[in-house]
Amino acid sequence: MARRDFRFVVLNWFRELTLVPVIVVMMFAGSLVNPVFFTTSNLINVAEGGAALGMVVVAESLILLTGKFDISLQGTFGLAPLLGAWLIAPKASQGLGTEWNPWLGLLVVLLVGLAVGTFNGLLVIKANFNAFIFTLAMSILLTGLQLGWLGGQTVYNLPEAYIYLGAESWFGVPVAIWLTIAAFAAAALFLRYHRIGRAMYAIGGNLEAARAAGIQVDRIRIGVFIVASLLAAIGGLMQAGRVTAVTAGQGSNLIFGVFAAAVIGGISLEGGRGRVVGALTGVILLALVTNILTLSDVSSTWIDAVDGAIILIALGLAKLIGTERA
Amino acid sequence: MQRFSSTGPATSPATVGEAENVSKSFGETHALVDVSLTVQPGECHALVGRNGAGKSTLVTLFTGLNRPDRGAIRLAGEAAPSLADRGAWLARVACVYQRSMVVPPLTVAENVFLNRPVQGEGAVINWRRMRAEAHELMLEWGFDIDVDQEAATLTVEQRQIVEIARALSIGARFLILDEPTAALEKAAVDRLFERVRRLREGGVGVLYISHHLEEIYEICQRVSVLRDGELVLSGRVGDISQAKLVAAMVGSAPPRRATEIEAVRVDSLGGTKLEVKQLTVASRGGSVIDVDLSVRAGECVGLVGLRGSGTATVADAVVGLIKPRRGSIAIDGSPVPVGSVHATLRRGVGYVPQDRHARGFSPQLGVDENLTHAVLDRIADRFGFVSARRRTRIAQEEAQVLQIVARSLDQPVSSLSGGNQQKVVVGRALASKPSVLVAVNPTVGVDVASKEALLDALGRARDEGVAVLLVSDDFEDLRVCTRLVVMVRGRVTAQFDRGPWDRQKLISAVEGLEVAV
Repeated sequence: MARRDFRFVVLNWFRELTLVPVIVVMMFAGSLVNPVFFTTSNLINVAEGGAALGMVVVAESLILLTGKFDISLQGTFGLAPLLGAWLIAPKASQGLGTEWNPWLGLLVVLLVGLAVGTFNGLLVIKANFNAFIFTLAMSILLTGLQLGWLGGQTVYNLPEAYIYLGAESWFGVPVAIWLTIAAFAAAALFLRYHRIGRAMYAIGGNLEAARAAGIQVDRIRIGVFIVASLLAAIGGLMQAGRVTAVTAGQGSNLIFGVFAAAVIGGISLEGGRGRVVGALTGVILLALVTNILTLSDVSSTWIDAVDGAIILIALGLAKLIGTERA
Repeated sequence: MQRFSSTGPATSPATVGEAENVSKSFGETHALVDVSLTVQPGECHALVGRNGAGKSTLVTLFTGLNRPDRGAIRLAGEAAPSLADRGAWLARVACVYQRSMVVPPLTVAENVFLNRPVQGEGAVINWRRMRAEAHELMLEWGFDIDVDQEAATLTVEQRQIVEIARALSIGARFLILDEPTAALEKAAVDRLFERVRRLREGGVGVLYISHHLEEIYEICQRVSVLRDGELVLSGRVGDISQAKLVAAMVGSAPPRRATEIEAVRVDSLGGTKLEVKQLTVASRGGSVIDVDLSVRAGECVGLVGLRGSGTATVADAVVGLIKPRRGSIAIDGSPVPVGSVHATLRRGVGYVPQDRHARGFSPQLGVDENLTHAVLDRIADRFGFVSARRRTRIAQEEAQVLQIVARSLDQPVSSLSGGNQQKVVVGRALASKPSVLVAVNPTVGVDVASKEALLDALGRARDEGVAVLLVSDDFEDLRVCTRLVVMVRGRVTAQFDRGPWDRQKLISAVEGLEVAV
């Protein structure tokens, strides 16, 4: 028997890259809309805009592949960098006044991710709460805490170490972009070649079958929740670094773009299907759309509507090309 | 006894369902080639064939889910409606599938009248009238079922009844039963046969699909055999012997082995591998009370009982899927932590679960991945990265041993035939080279040749010194066993120490009629 069927290999790649022609069309449209589009600085700007989103898309994709989802990633994306910033910023710039060492602040960010992920994982997987309603409630809670503590203000004047990920560049490209690319690459390799990655596909495809095969389904799924929340916290840190502040609204409504990018990128909401390479094309598409809308003189009040329409069109195209998504 | 309901057809046509020279291809696969078959009113027509022979395709043609490439389908004597007109199809033909199509949270009455107003009604539901009509329907056909009951609480048998009642009430007089007895216990099977008789008397034509040939002789009048998409045999059941039937199904495959087994000599057995003591489990699928059981290396113990007798529960408890209330499970003399599949499988246990769709495989993944799901730690390096080479080697070996038919090793398991899917599930268990193998109904719903391949694999494992615990309610499976343990209502009630098994005695013991010696 043939080891691999060439048809499947081609089909799989085709499925992952459905969005590439759409992206090409968008780039063409972008260059027509505004000559600024094809400048290096603008393209880096696009990538930087997509970088923080991309971190959360990687995170959500991992959870989606195991057949669950987590809406509260956007809450973690906002609250984790806020808590860290709050503890290190002076009172004058809306900090708590404790003025901790920035490195301690960074540790706090990761701890918040760890704590939220563990909490979500334990309650959704072990206590069997419905993932939708539970993580929705968590999201509302986390965002509410963020707003309540800040009282609508912005924490600014953050130390260099704290904003390094979002503000610095390596070889002319912002660190955030490198980091997001690394996260996608690591996730792709892990999912493809690591036994836990393969077990995640097995779990998403048929949880009970994976359990009956001796795969530690609960441990892996909880672990995925934790890793995802950590990634979301790091994504939030990148966002904070980019604007060198944490706003009360950081993360709000982010999750819709995250789901949109993952799903138009071919990650199945049912679990077990899709690759992060596809999700990456989804992120690129969304970042391009946002950028082009900004460059063309679309009124900012209309951006959401156009955004939504373009996601629908992308879904329709994916369906037409014959890959089952959404 | 005339039982035409008010919604039935006014006149009785010569056939309720007819396929005339139909052919259907999917890509390069010829699923059906020039097949003709008729089902008359008042007839039970058996359709048999190995998995992949084209039975399912014929059903999709009869139920309007596919259109034949060539030939014609006629229902109730008339040309078939267009595929888009679902209502017209539902009024002429219904298929009761192996998997239930009832909506669990709705009542029986609601399920019967699903998406369809009670006669003379608009969009507003008259609950009283709907219940009354459903009740009347049940009385008319002699179905004993409470129409106010929530469908979620129904047994498999009762769900079938609801689906049949629904079809009859729409007016369909052509009923396709797809493996209706696969999930039923003996008494329920008898009741089903009685219902089929009553349906026939009421002028309903039944197309009866089953792997159990003895059932066909019991309730069918005619039988048609499909092989590789062609109709190879068709005639009156009385004129066709079971041997001829099997020969037609299998074609040129080698003759089957004798069904009796030789008694395995006790001195060839090794030490005790699996020991279960005072196992007590509470389970909806059949509780278990104080069961003691041991399996030695090179032994295959058949755990036999009706559905709900607790046999499958014992298996689930042994592998750690359910936590027992009391009792101990030891492998190689040392106890295993209860309630953890991972911990149990690491101790060298292979597990073939009862329901392959529910617990057997990840449908979207390839044959190779599914075959190695229980050995992920073994095919990975010390950092956890999977070696594609090792995976392929193990998958190729199992695919060869079990004669899995797939285009390639990365073909998704969802696109394999039922028999090959089951081979993947058994292969997954054998790939771990277990010292104890727990298998629950490993040959359920597969064709004759696949069954042979699966039982051969189990027999070979036994001969290689694996301690096999085989839970089955299919007597054919028991020919690989060296000892049988019978359970009735959660308790061990009888033992048979050496084959060949006396079928009659065994059946009595399983039914709890008398305790065999």
